[in-house]
Amino acid sequence: MKRGRTIFAAVFAALVVATACGGAGTQGTANRPDVIIGSTNFYEQLTLGELYAQILEANGYKVTRKFNLGNREIVQPAIESGQIDIDAEYLATLLAFVDKNGAIAKPTTDPKTTQTGLQKALDPKQLTVLDFAAATDQNGFVITKATADAKNIKAISDLQPYAGNYVLGGPPECPQRPFCQLGLKTVYGLEFKDFKPLDAGGPLTVAALEGKQIDVGLLFTSDPSIVAKNFVLLDDNKHLQLADNIAPVVRNALLQKDDGTLKRLLNSISAKLTQGELNDMNKQVAVDKKDNKDVAAAWLKKQGLIK
Amino acid sequence: MSLFGDVAGWFADPAHWQGTHGIPTRIVEHLELSGLAVAVAIVLSVPLALYLGHVGRGGFVAINVANIGRALPSLALLAFALPIAIALGLGLGFWPTLFALVPLAIPPILTSTFVAVREVDRDVVDAARGMGFRESQILRSIEIPLGLPLILDGMRTASVNVVATATLGAIVAGGALGRFIVDGLALQDYPQLVAGALLVALLAVATEVSFAAFARATAPAGMTANP
Repeated sequence: MKRGRTIFAAVFAALVVATACGGAGTQGTANRPDVIIGSTNFYEQLTLGELYAQILEANGYKVTRKFNLGNREIVQPAIESGQIDIDAEYLATLLAFVDKNGAIAKPTTDPKTTQTGLQKALDPKQLTVLDFAAATDQNGFVITKATADAKNIKAISDLQPYAGNYVLGGPPECPQRPFCQLGLKTVYGLEFKDFKPLDAGGPLTVAALEGKQIDVGLLFTSDPSIVAKNFVLLDDNKHLQLADNIAPVVRNALLQKDDGTLKRLLNSISAKLTQGELNDMNKQVAVDKKDNKDVAAAWLKKQGLIK
Repeated sequence: MSLFGDVAGWFADPAHWQGTHGIPTRIVEHLELSGLAVAVAIVLSVPLALYLGHVGRGGFVAINVANIGRALPSLALLAFALPIAIALGLGLGFWPTLFALVPLAIPPILTSTFVAVREVDRDVVDAARGMGFRESQILRSIEIPLGLPLILDGMRTASVNVVATATLGAIVAGGALGRFIVDGLALQDYPQLVAGALLVALLAVATEVSFAAFARATAPAGMTANP
């Protein structure tokens, strides 16, 4: 298994290098360096990759898309070794990935601090993390719209008076995890009536919440069913979750070849990318089965980022 | 060696014996689920098998159709039943699992009951008919009592299969003893996982033993004589 994977990675790397070399030398507009954008293999990453690719293309960059590369174990080495130039990342998770023991910095619940720490960890790898978006992809607690409206619950702390009558649903390990039931107790002081073991932000949790078998469910903050099922994502107002805000990571070599336009363009996306906007795009791709190219183009136009 | 100690420690913890997540609750849930699955399978298959066995026709087709139930993986049935149960508003856990377990219980019951009736000595049946027994009387007074040990045998096999397989329910958020196995795996809490597996195995053996005792107690007088 492991051996097969290694061979696959090697063959793959060779292919990527070969194509990258082929592209070199054919520059688009003057002083617009060629760009290779990579992504991991799930829909949100493809949409983010398209956002970055299309805004750059609209401004005269020649973009090569290397999407669906696999998980972070494949994509991070690819950007470090220059097989790709840009990818969309998640602050806390990437920091924990590149600095496994937390020797340089540890992820925190604050995105600004986490970004600073991440930059320190990326410096020796010649990578730069640009501005982060408000949008995250991390653990989130959701309730139905009916519950939210009836009890006027907007944030996790608003659950305080009701938790004793509510059932929490999430992955089986939730009761013992600091970012799940354990954290809700220590950080928010919430003691639920019961816990129902379901899945890690999957269809069981969605069905249980919809079928009123649970009152509060754990989903990922960018889960498309939040929009599709009209759930309400509660504000993590006491910052239980680590800051997994979305941010582009770029090779320093590319930034040095560029006149600063690239950085400005990517930052303009992060500035507009709120949780609601991201979740709406995820819903269009994952639930409505729209093409992520079209979804990304429509969003960039709506935000006035491309014409 | 230490795993044994850990498992014993898990059983010794009084917290594991109380409340909605405790062992007694999970055993009751397991028995409810298994019992209902077998009961539904009996209602669906016994009348048909008795009829077919009595008239001696159609058995081949019925048994082969039922045997498809043995070939269908319960896990696939469970996955198939889940969206249907959600769409029907039956929720997660209990009902989808029941749907997956019933097809598992039908084949042994149907086959054994059919064979039990069919294999009753034809001379006895003919003698009864000659004495003026109506067909329903033959079935009630001759074929069912004489076939009872084999009929119960089918139900025993079905019950043991169902008790062992009902653990799957935990995958779709059901209760029952599978909870300990699925949660134990998710938490990498191996003592809990092993304890859950032990409880299921014990319950299956207990089911087997109780059926054997019941079969012995209900066997017709003429069939219990020691050779």
